Amino acid sequence: MSPLLEVNNLTTSFPGAFGEIPVVDDVSFSIDPGEVLALVGESGCGKSMTALSILRLIPKPGQIKNGEILMAGRDIRGLSIPEIRGLRGHEISMIFQEPMTSLNPVVTVGKQVVEAIQLHERVDRAAARARTVELFERVGIPDASDRFDVYPHQLSGGLKQRVMIAMALSTRPKLLIADEPTTALDVTIQAQILGLLRDLQAETGMSILLITHDLGVVNELADRVAVMYAGRIVESGDRRELLLAPGHPYTEGLLKSNPALAQPGQPLPEIAGVVPPPSEWPAGCRFANRCTRAFDVCERDVPVRSQITPTQYACCHAVAKEQRGG
Amino acid sequence: MEDWMISNLVTVGLLAAMVGCVFLIRRSRLWSEAAVELWKRRPIAILCVSLYLAVAILDSIFWVGGVDTGEDVVSAHEAKSVIDRLFADARERSYSSPFADVEFYGGKALAHPGSHPLGTDIIGRDVVYLALKGVRVAILIGGLTSLIAIPLSLLFGISAGYFGGRVDDFVFFVMSTLASMPGLLLLIALIMAMGRSTLSICIALAVTSWVGFCRIVRGETLKLREQDYVQAARVLGVSEVQIVLRHILPNLAHLVIITFVLTFSGLVLSEAVLAWLGVGVDGSWGQMIDQARSELSRDPVVWWNITAAGSALFVLILAVNMVGDAVRDVLDPRTLRERS
Repeated sequence: MSPLLEVNNLTTSFPGAFGEIPVVDDVSFSIDPGEVLALVGESGCGKSMTALSILRLIPKPGQIKNGEILMAGRDIRGLSIPEIRGLRGHEISMIFQEPMTSLNPVVTVGKQVVEAIQLHERVDRAAARARTVELFERVGIPDASDRFDVYPHQLSGGLKQRVMIAMALSTRPKLLIADEPTTALDVTIQAQILGLLRDLQAETGMSILLITHDLGVVNELADRVAVMYAGRIVESGDRRELLLAPGHPYTEGLLKSNPALAQPGQPLPEIAGVVPPPSEWPAGCRFANRCTRAFDVCERDVPVRSQITPTQYACCHAVAKEQRGG
Repeated sequence: MEDWMISNLVTVGLLAAMVGCVFLIRRSRLWSEAAVELWKRRPIAILCVSLYLAVAILDSIFWVGGVDTGEDVVSAHEAKSVIDRLFADARERSYSSPFADVEFYGGKALAHPGSHPLGTDIIGRDVVYLALKGVRVAILIGGLTSLIAIPLSLLFGISAGYFGGRVDDFVFFVMSTLASMPGLLLLIALIMAMGRSTLSICIALAVTSWVGFCRIVRGETLKLREQDYVQAARVLGVSEVQIVLRHILPNLAHLVIITFVLTFSGLVLSEAVLAWLGVGVDGSWGQMIDQARSELSRDPVVWWNITAAGSALFVLILAVNMVGDAVRDVLDPRTLRERS
């Protein structure tokens, strides 16, 4: 089966004081039709920039420097402005972290969804309205037809996020990018939204690129996982494999610092230090200065992929050394 | 077509636009709630402004004939408004004090004794009539200037804020250049260059007053451009023009209304200043005040002219400012959130 989206050697950079600073560096991954890929990492590691690169919406003066982004075989980098506009929303949709600010405050929520529908399809107002109410019902908004004429500030955060999902799905996209879809919501609503996304994915057969820092969310929704650190993918694999047997020390650290696994009375393990800003990323392995298993090579050479299983790989010198039997 | 016919057409158009606005406000819950709230806060000020508007509209509908002008052949062919007709036979020969029976200087009997609540001016025109005639001029100046200045600042402000870069540089250059010139001098120079008509005075006032609002619009657009819902619209494939029309402009609407109301009173005052300097519009309160300058040094003093013009101006400005203040309170997103 050919992948729906294929990203090869994507590099996105911003001009800095001392030359280009790549915030996304040589990133490759692919998503099959109907697959949920989770892109995991700390704040500032380039997850959202990767997503915006796919839509060609990187804020100025950022730029895609290298690589190709193939959506159903077409390279997005070569598309004209009208073509990319047709692709946005129609084939790739996105939902955002902040449902509070993602809806226009002066337009009723129903009208916003109707406009999204009419943007890519020639349907009359009544038909678009009927479909909006149907979508509202589908995403679990109670009293859907009454909520059509309601302004965003009259809805709760969870309901707003449902409206956002309805809007993103109104154009029947093949790929949904969910950028931290549950971070701003409280825990019970989080579970409902994740359940909803899972049901909708199963129903429509769309693919989801899930961007998150929450491994709990990954476990709920993802088929495969790619872990990002400082602009690079450091480990990738099937969800079960990766969560049960992480190869890269960074993934291991993330898993250990999950509060759900904390031992009562023991301090929560954490990864020492913070992600350095893009201008100060080290030359070799970017995780070396925070890694417990780092040795001399790590500071010098960029690690290459080491296959752990046929579907799982890690970019780590320590893993490579182990495999060589050292 | 003659001037008075154009005036009638414009008035009918404005009335239709007002009815349309009311219809639109009633259709949108957000706006109709705001309107009700506004009425609750400042009923007297709103009534005052409506009264002024009504007088201005009555003074803008003209037709020829139907008035007994005696032997005056010229005036029989002049178009007259409703207000003109109400005061058609109230002429005296010279000054009369309020409710007087005889002339102020000389003591000759008046043609219409006791019928001038605010007296008459030097050529015997009723001061109430003059003050009422000033309403139309004031509203014309405030309204027409705003109609020129606000679209101008919206166009420049939004394009500067939204597109940034070269466009922003250009707009900022124009704004800084205009702002660096003394406002009053520029005004007078523009009026001299274009000739002294109501339209040219409005254009001159608009050119000197759009910069402030343009700055506000630019700043607000810069903020709105980065909002998540604008980003969400881009993700959905909405074009830039559509984003400006559907997301930026409606979110600027409250600013437009607030600025309109607040600049309106400022513009009426500026016209008074211009009239005092001798470049105002004919029949304005500013001109009445200007003429009353010499009357104040007469003995006994002629005080009713300046009092009438001054209080008519004062009440309009005060009422408009109070309404403007309430509009700001009602439309401010923060108070909006408190209410819901």
